[in-house]
Amino acid sequence: MAFSTTLTINGVKRTIALDDPRVTLLDLLRERLNLTGAKKGCDRGQCGACTIIVDGRRINSCLALAISHDGADVLTIEGLAQGDRLHPVQEAFIAHDGLQCGFCTPGQIMSAFGLIQEGQAGDDPERVREAMSGNLCRCGAYRGITEAVLEAHKTLDALNRKEVA
Amino acid sequence: MKTFDYVRPASVREAVSAAAAPGAAYLAAGTNLLDLMKGGVTRPDRLVDITHLPDLDRIENLADGSVRIGALVRNADLAHDRDFARRFPAIAEALLSGASAQLRNAASVGGNLLQRTRCAYFYDPASACNKRNPGSGCDARGGDNRLHAILGWSESCIATHPSDFCVALVALDAVVEIEGRAGRREIPLEAFHRLPGDSPDRESVLEPGEMIVAVRLPAEAARFAAHARYLKVRDRTSYAFAIVSAAAALRIEQGVIAQARIAMGGVALKPWRAREAEQILLGGRADTALFVRAATAALAEAKPSGDNGFKIVLARRVVARALALAAAGTPERMPALPGSPFAAASGVLAHV
Amino acid sequence: MSEIALTQTPIHIRHGSNIGQPLTRRDGVLKVTGAAKYAADQHPPGMLYAVLATSSIARGRVAHLDVAAAKAHPGVVDVITPANRPALALDPDEKSNPFMFRLDLLQTDRVRYAGQPIAIVIAQTLEAATEGASLLAPRYETEPARVGLDDGESTALQVVGPGFPAQAQRGDVETELAAAKKSITQTYETPAQYHNPMEPHAIVAAWEGDTLSIDTPSQGMAMAQGRLAGLFGIAPEKIHIRSPFLGGGFGGKGMISGPQVLGAIAARAVGRPVKLVLRRDQMYGPVGHRAPTRQTLRLGTDGDGALVGLDHHTKTMSSTFDDFFEPASTPSHTLYASTAIATSHAGVRADIGTPIFMRAPGEAPGSIALESAIDEMAQACGMDPLAFRLKNYAEVEPISGKPFSSKALRECYRQGAERFGWERRPLAPRQMRDRDGLLVGWGVGTATFPAVMFAAQAKAVLRRDGSGVMEIGAHDMGQGAWTALAQIAADGLGLDLDRLEFRSGTSDLPDAGIAGGSGHTATAGMAIYNAGADVIAKLADLATNDDHSPLFGAGNAGVVARGGRLFRRDDESRSESFSDILARAGLAQIEGRGAGGRPNPMEAHGQSDYAMHAHGAVFAEVKVDPELGQIRATRLVGAFAAGRIINPRMVRSQYYGGMIWGVSFALHEQAIVDRHSGRPMNANFAEYHIPVNADVPSLEAILVEEDDPHVNALGIKGVGEIGITGSAGAVANAVWHATGIRVRKFPITLDRLLEPQ
Repeated sequence: MAFSTTLTINGVKRTIALDDPRVTLLDLLRERLNLTGAKKGCDRGQCGACTIIVDGRRINSCLALAISHDGADVLTIEGLAQGDRLHPVQEAFIAHDGLQCGFCTPGQIMSAFGLIQEGQAGDDPERVREAMSGNLCRCGAYRGITEAVLEAHKTLDALNRKEVA
Repeated sequence: MKTFDYVRPASVREAVSAAAAPGAAYLAAGTNLLDLMKGGVTRPDRLVDITHLPDLDRIENLADGSVRIGALVRNADLAHDRDFARRFPAIAEALLSGASAQLRNAASVGGNLLQRTRCAYFYDPASACNKRNPGSGCDARGGDNRLHAILGWSESCIATHPSDFCVALVALDAVVEIEGRAGRREIPLEAFHRLPGDSPDRESVLEPGEMIVAVRLPAEAARFAAHARYLKVRDRTSYAFAIVSAAAALRIEQGVIAQARIAMGGVALKPWRAREAEQILLGGRADTALFVRAATAALAEAKPSGDNGFKIVLARRVVARALALAAAGTPERMPALPGSPFAAASGVLAHV
Repeated sequence: MSEIALTQTPIHIRHGSNIGQPLTRRDGVLKVTGAAKYAADQHPPGMLYAVLATSSIARGRVAHLDVAAAKAHPGVVDVITPANRPALALDPDEKSNPFMFRLDLLQTDRVRYAGQPIAIVIAQTLEAATEGASLLAPRYETEPARVGLDDGESTALQVVGPGFPAQAQRGDVETELAAAKKSITQTYETPAQYHNPMEPHAIVAAWEGDTLSIDTPSQGMAMAQGRLAGLFGIAPEKIHIRSPFLGGGFGGKGMISGPQVLGAIAARAVGRPVKLVLRRDQMYGPVGHRAPTRQTLRLGTDGDGALVGLDHHTKTMSSTFDDFFEPASTPSHTLYASTAIATSHAGVRADIGTPIFMRAPGEAPGSIALESAIDEMAQACGMDPLAFRLKNYAEVEPISGKPFSSKALRECYRQGAERFGWERRPLAPRQMRDRDGLLVGWGVGTATFPAVMFAAQAKAVLRRDGSGVMEIGAHDMGQGAWTALAQIAADGLGLDLDRLEFRSGTSDLPDAGIAGGSGHTATAGMAIYNAGADVIAKLADLATNDDHSPLFGAGNAGVVARGGRLFRRDDESRSESFSDILARAGLAQIEGRGAGGRPNPMEAHGQSDYAMHAHGAVFAEVKVDPELGQIRATRLVGAFAAGRIINPRMVRSQYYGGMIWGVSFALHEQAIVDRHSGRPMNANFAEYHIPVNADVPSLEAILVEEDDPHVNALGIKGVGEIGITGSAGAVANAVWHATGIRVRKFPITLDRLLEPQ
């Protein structure tokens, strides 16, 4: 039995013939579409390493069945930079050393991107910490992560203001 | 994970019919169901995917002042709905104290009601568990049970219900709308979850195929908006299940408590409404002594189910504190750490 | 040659001396774009998926596996059990050195711990392999499990850790304690902990004839190569390991684990590439952990608060079939001066997977107990905890009497205390509240970790185009080896970073030793430094012996390499570029080699004239809800002295990470093992708590300058593990200071702070 699923991934519409309904979005990306940026740290929604943006919101892709997301718009870490130009969130993570081993980093960055879009934390470090608490980092890069999110928020805010003006 | 038939119904009626078959389960976001399936805790033969059904993702203000929340409304969308959060701040706070931003972005209202216990022995297929495997016994009884129930438990099951959302909903008399083969019925959320008794495998009043289509809050629930809080004590500052939590909502008229609502989480296999405690508060002045008296009444029937006697002491204090926080007034802005004891008490109160 | 190309220009390039510069990560762009490929990201053509079935009992034997049911599942290709596992060249239970651990490779149907691999299912998809493993539905003959420190079988210990003596003493501790004016005796317990790197152990293995190619995270590729070579009966050179990025290691990827070998076994059995990735719950069995400890400390002082006796006894646990005993009493050898010191260890064996090195083995659990006891002793003397530590400052290493190669601990105390505001701390507990009524407490802990070095080699090349290459099979598990080692290499070769090609992360490069013991930068760095010196010396030979060179006659020691040129030391106006020297000599390139490390890696522990340790002082603030008991570590300031700092940005990150591990040790993490079954019951990230972002709102690390002329030529000590020591104790002491309640069983959870009110 094959299930045809259509997904727009990083701006490209793809029709995928799924041979198995059990495939999660995470495993679809990683094992079948060679988009290995999103990571599998727990596979149970407990670490956030698999965070991607689906229909504009950050979710754990390990707990999402691909087949159920027919028609969805997916953004992964591979689609964040514009060619060689890093996204401000990516730049800020490097500048503030918001990473060590790098394994949780794609999830942290997509989560940060989603958080900034949600607009719930603003420039309040405590709100950023709470809102980023769904992304575990065993290396302990939290300080740099929080600083990076705050700086990226500022940069993006300034960019938006410029566009409005 | 066992393979399954995947069914995507076009209507609620079709869904109910497809899910009535033995071994069928509803799939909404799947944030709990997929976790359970990956762990081999549940092995459904058929998933009925309701995420594409129309009209279940709306928050509606009804003519009688009540609010109807569709079963597929995402937890985050509900919590961040300005109007909803203003009218039901304790519910928003409870929602935002739960899980992580990612999970709240996915998880649905209906799914939250149906989430299963976090009891480690339930989650571990190699352990005896009457809930997972009726009649097999309960390894939690002689095992690690620091976080288990102190109210309403039985010899067959000492698990707790993990939801934060439901605790605040039960405090505010939420009603569950259910669609089944026989049509639509509704039931107070307080009566929706079952205590374990001899059949902990039966967790709710849902009959096979029945589906939650909405949760409704009566108009009266909004009258507590100026004095409504959710407090959740955890082993970690965020992203942890409650050890004990409480929702408290008060209506205070000229310094006197005119109406009170209290429910506790993490203490039983269902959100625990403390009606006797509510009675004690009526007509009293909002002060610590009264809150402690109410809290004591709320836990009057509590008994440890294992190495968890501390939870009785803790729950008493959580209830008293939640009442004190509610009496102090709902903060104007959602605290940075929703539900946390570290959400600063100081701050501007909401002018509701 | 390494296949790992840094595809984009590093954002931060320093021209001139590179050492000491806070460069951003060379691999940063790869990591923030998702382009960094970890082992499980590989997908060679024709690859199959392998999933392990693991035992749910802790002791007994597997009586039945439903292999037919697994094979009947669509997509399942093969099932490997002890009945059909291909033969190995070496018994996985054979052990010839302390760094070789016994592995569970399906050699028998015996089960000796929960989570032990009992079968491999190989399938065309991950979904099929996963369900196939579940369909095996094992039946067991179960024997009663021995669980915990009190249930296990006692065993006398000669050695602990990787070979330290289990007992040590200086002076007569019993006499001193008997004569002490004040004394305390307290017992502290630390739980079992699991490394839990975010990246579970993974392997993608492919055989071509008797050549094995694998992608797998490793903190020690050469050792892994050797272990695999022994097991498969092939030459180490036939095994090619790629490990450019580890998704965290913390010691858990130091030795190749059973599951990784099983991936290679599976690939050989099916004759196709195989990917095997552990599930998170499978990380709580066959890949090591930190064993629980029960530590009893007896301390005594004279009338002035000077320690006269310190006795540190540890009871800890290993598996029934192998030896690794947490050397938790060892921090007492180093930290405080005492007239007499005695340390000892006792062991028990229980039905649990073999423990192994985990970030600051020995020092982490030993330090939290010692730092708690020191605070309790200070309290008994009525002294400020920092003043007490300064009173008992060790001017020489207490256990050996040797001088320290360097020790800027006093400066760490001073700078840390000043930054933290320690002087405002009231002596008595439960005196401080914040404006919301939360209890506030301040605590201090001393950090220490030995400056260990292993052994490494490196190869350097200078090319006629003016560029250079440094090759070393080093390991970056997040500490920043790609960056810091490249900085050393660039300086060693006298090149700017953008003229350097730095090759690393694969086993065909020179052996960099193990990335462990906080010794990788020192060890690999020294090999790189020496390789650079070797090639520069050869280049200098060419120039100074050539009368066409402006450097003619300067002699080897008379030139210095910088910015791609050799300069005369006594006259910097005379110089010549590397390119010109090589061109005139008609050479396309020139090679050099270097070695680093100490012949005996344990030298820091005894065979040198100096005691070599990094030190630090950590100050912690916690807040505690007075009625609800919930705790938050609201502020940590650490001041560390660890010799020369190659890259302060990476080093700060190491300290922050270590400090968070300290918070985790004190307040959060513990494995909960069912007392009947011996199964870990919280083998997941929802209930095995490690700190989340909101748990550590404020961290500061001060880099205290320290020049160490003895530890190695570069003066590097190491920073990977010291952060956890000191921090854990500081947090525990702060909890006492906030509440007046001394909790001696870790982690400190809120139920222990619920005083009757």
